[in-house]
Amino acid sequence: MEKEFIKLFELFIAASLINNFVFTRFLGLCIFFGVSKKMETAIGMSITFTAVMVISAALSWIVFTYIMVPLDITFLKIIIFIGIVAAFVQASDTIMRKVSPGLYYKLGVYLALISTNCIIIAVPLINAGEHYNFLESLSFGLGSGIGFALALTIMASIREKLELADVPRPFRGMPIAWITTALIALAFTGFSGLITL
Amino acid sequence: MEHLQEEKVSYLQVLKNGIFKENVIFRLVISLCPSIAVTNSVRNGFLLGIAVVFVQVMVNATVAVLRRFIHPRIRIPIFMLIISGWVTIVDMLMAAYARAAYKEIGLYIQIIVAFASILARAEMFASKNKVLPSIFDGLGSSLGFLAALVTISFFRELLGKGTLLGMPIVHAKPLLIMVMPTGGFLVVGLLMGFFNWIDMRFYGGKGAGGAGGH
Repeated sequence: MEKEFIKLFELFIAASLINNFVFTRFLGLCIFFGVSKKMETAIGMSITFTAVMVISAALSWIVFTYIMVPLDITFLKIIIFIGIVAAFVQASDTIMRKVSPGLYYKLGVYLALISTNCIIIAVPLINAGEHYNFLESLSFGLGSGIGFALALTIMASIREKLELADVPRPFRGMPIAWITTALIALAFTGFSGLITL
Repeated sequence: MEHLQEEKVSYLQVLKNGIFKENVIFRLVISLCPSIAVTNSVRNGFLLGIAVVFVQVMVNATVAVLRRFIHPRIRIPIFMLIISGWVTIVDMLMAAYARAAYKEIGLYIQIIVAFASILARAEMFASKNKVLPSIFDGLGSSLGFLAALVTISFFRELLGKGTLLGMPIVHAKPLLIMVMPTGGFLVVGLLMGFFNWIDMRFYGGKGAGGAGGH
């Protein structure tokens, strides 16, 4: 029991720090560069993203284990997972608008963006590929979500300061953001070897 | 005859536009994830680029053929289905015929489903045009992507391993940082700045390219 808990914790740490999706697996970059201009939007995105990530990891695990494996249709996993994620995002968009308009007003925009994020489709695919059990999939999903949130908030706080810096003209905007990311990624390589799975 | 001539020019224009003016990675700044992930060697960059060219052209062709039968209100889910179908085919072909490379870039092949650039071309061009122009449009935008991937991986492999396509070129101690994640971000950032500079210096662009997107 204790050993299982330690395994879950290790998975969480590995997904959020050591194999951070943005800095070492380079997924979700589009959103990462898109919404990291302001701290406020970065935080909104982080919350929405983590929630969607965990739930869609759980949903796709259930569908994969109880429907796709028994029917022997695992080769359709790309189509089915993207369907699940898109349907879930659409459904939560509709439900949120009806149940909690205030929250929808704040986070609804991010919800629409999420379905184009690579991480959200990569996590179910990795879960299926590594044969994680239900709890492991959940903690992997949670770790990825938190890791992305961490990356996004770090980047947003740096970019807010960067607005005031005197950057050479050709490098303004995207190029300097990429070079900044390179430096953060360099710092994140320090986490490698923290835990050996 | 004259009509034909005109069409030829416009096809060339479409191709050129996709490769230079609206280059997916350096100018539009979308579909970025694999631009770093697979570019630590020219072989991997080239293979993923080819996979994207194939998927994009086939998706554009399929969408253009079916454009009259797709109801506009459910077009996005249908486009996604078409895309993921073609991606599954590429994924299985790669797994069967390019095993060594598939081990390294397999996940990123599957991620092609979530590429904004593919959906964007299907939505903006193929759903409104005939089959042949759609194929050329897809070819242009995806060849631009391929060119960007090969450029990035050229610098990273040359500096990071001192080789090109596995053949040793430089006999100095390689810069290990270039094949690490950091190197990818760095090379893309510098190249993007370089292209902005060229644009500003020679074509009178305003710079600050890449508003960002997904």
